[in-house]
Amino acid sequence: MPTNTTETVAAEANVRARPHWGRILVWVGVLGLLAILALGLRRAQQGPITVGDTVPNFALTTFDGKTINLTDLKGKVVVLNFWASWCKPCEQEAADLEAAWRLYQPDGKVVFLGADYVDTEPEALGYLKKFGITYPNGPDLGTRISQAFRIRGVPETYIIDDENVLRSVQIGPFSSLSQIQGMIDPLLGQ
Amino acid sequence: MKKTILALLVFLALALMTAGAALAQSGNPGEPTDDQVNAIAKQLYCPVCENIPLDVCGTQACAQWRDLIREKLGQGWNEAQIKQYFVTQYGDRVLATPPARGLNWLVYIVPPMAILAGIYILYRAFQSWMRPPAEVDVKAAEPVPPPADDYVLRLEEELKKR
Repeated sequence: MPTNTTETVAAEANVRARPHWGRILVWVGVLGLLAILALGLRRAQQGPITVGDTVPNFALTTFDGKTINLTDLKGKVVVLNFWASWCKPCEQEAADLEAAWRLYQPDGKVVFLGADYVDTEPEALGYLKKFGITYPNGPDLGTRISQAFRIRGVPETYIIDDENVLRSVQIGPFSSLSQIQGMIDPLLGQ
Repeated sequence: MKKTILALLVFLALALMTAGAALAQSGNPGEPTDDQVNAIAKQLYCPVCENIPLDVCGTQACAQWRDLIREKLGQGWNEAQIKQYFVTQYGDRVLATPPARGLNWLVYIVPPMAILAGIYILYRAFQSWMRPPAEVDVKAAEPVPPPADDYVLRLEEELKKR
């Protein structure tokens, strides 16, 4: 009998020492899944670009095929306006934005960019023609730029200084040309 | 004879009216029907109106998208080409079902795996519940006499002597 007992104890010890590969695999899977979820949540919780932040580079391809990179515009103030042809409030500020562009264009110190958000090209081109908009405009392809800024709707306008730092944000339409000037002029030292 | 001609004219007029009505319902020949447009539209979601499929969304943006689908269908594009166009223009998030690539695979793999794991756990639990309780071995349960102690043995011997 003592021999039997010794064998049983040895067998139990053997079972205890053997790794439970199934359990290990399940735990690795669960931990991996949690890690992926954590990364996703972290990315989702990254807030919008706030005033004072350096704006990450983005590329806007205009309706006439030119690609404009933000980093290439260092040294200039950039006025980035999100709009859409289906957006009625955008129409309220369209003429003022164009007037502001014409005002600053001769100096070459300010660049206006229009990012067309979730729109169709024929309607967008019709909108630009209707309001006589001449500054560079292009579709926000894949909604990449609007997602980077985490816009809440259109229109929204972001004023970026000559060092690519976000200096002010306008949610909703501008009410007048002087309001636009009031946001740009301080960045030009005026 | 007159009656026959009159009957023929009435028949012709009715036939023309029916054909006209049928033509009016189907639109211009070659032009995509609403059903064809909606078949693709219901697989897309406009980012502006989240959680509302494009085929039933009432905003102007969605109406423009449906017109775009109609236009592309009219140009001979197929469903896959149109969906790809929308993905290129507006991103993956316009699709009702995420494309099976990258981390999106998790959406397709994790739920079935979790269900299978749940079924397995339930199966094991039912098995243990249904198993009759193991009989207790009475012999094995008897207390084992403690090992003989020299001091106790000597004590007992001394007591016996008295």
